[in-house]
Amino acid sequence: MIVAQRKSIPELIDILKGQKKILVLGCGTCVTVCLAGGEREVSINASALRIASRLKNLSFEIEELTIERQCDNIFIEKAAEAITRNDVVLSFGCGAGVQAIAERYNKPVYAGLDTEFIGILEERATWTEKCIACGKCVLHEYGGICPITRCAKHMLNGPCGGSREDRCEVRADRPCAWQLIYQRLKDIGELDRLKTVKAPKNWSASIHGGSRVIIREDHRI
Amino acid sequence: MSNESFEPLLIAFCCQYCSYSAADLAGSMRLQYPTNVRIVRTPCTGRLEVEFFMKAFEKGADGILVAGCLEGGCHFTEGNLLAKGRVGYTQGFLSECGLEAQRIRMINISAAQARPLVEHINEMLATLKSIGPSPLKRVNQPKNAEMNV
Repeated sequence: MIVAQRKSIPELIDILKGQKKILVLGCGTCVTVCLAGGEREVSINASALRIASRLKNLSFEIEELTIERQCDNIFIEKAAEAITRNDVVLSFGCGAGVQAIAERYNKPVYAGLDTEFIGILEERATWTEKCIACGKCVLHEYGGICPITRCAKHMLNGPCGGSREDRCEVRADRPCAWQLIYQRLKDIGELDRLKTVKAPKNWSASIHGGSRVIIREDHRI
Repeated sequence: MSNESFEPLLIAFCCQYCSYSAADLAGSMRLQYPTNVRIVRTPCTGRLEVEFFMKAFEKGADGILVAGCLEGGCHFTEGNLLAKGRVGYTQGFLSECGLEAQRIRMINISAAQARPLVEHINEMLATLKSIGPSPLKRVNQPKNAEMNV
């Protein structure tokens, strides 16, 4: 899922300064699960903004709404009336959600969250990055552990030799991805995969080739 | 409003398994605590969400006391530990909004500790008196503010 974090209240106030009627719009999908932009977070942040507005004399009028998904037209339509009666939208969706709303309505749409990464819930209240959406998956080569995302040096032919006791030398709080890859390939009997030197990655399938589009002609009419 | 004449509105969220019973016991023991504390019985402090605290402040509470079971003694194992984290998180939010973080506090009380509960309430009220009324009371009240005293 997409993992995001909230912006601080002073940051939000700076973004919203001068505005009056504000719709705080939550998203019920990824950002709800990562406790950043769901109904509950919308309520907390809306309360905080109302309090800050009264203390700083900003005269915000805040409405709250959470839709099922901000990146999908069918659900965005359900916010149409609320968006229309407000001056601006403070979206608590991911970056895709913010842009989806902005493309459909001719009014300012601001990001209430910092979208961080594609990741998983590693343990209670801890999310870790697992994928950078590089566009050409190589996970089969590495025992299901992504060296591009999880190795700080993105090495396809690792390890770098700098890890200390299975910890990454760049971030000592994270495990060395190449230690994990070696162990995993050994466990599943595929260590031979490491004998081949991998060619440099073609990054044009990633964001380096410009904004990506996928079209499924078989589903188009 | 001078701090001497100021009577803070304190919302005490009390877990029904410990501090709510302690408050009940305080009554049986004829222990007195000020009338400006509003006790809200909760099934467990783990049920309390940050939004409850924020709404209470928004609607005019001067302070919030969250009273849960002793650590290790929660009826639902870890509800009081969840509440502890949420109270800490709320303190950060309050600071960001411009309210004092001391306006919310978590305490741990067993059902038998009526006297310590009263002491905690009095301590919290003294803290609120020293920092003064919620600054939200000095500015325009929204139409739906319901807890003004």
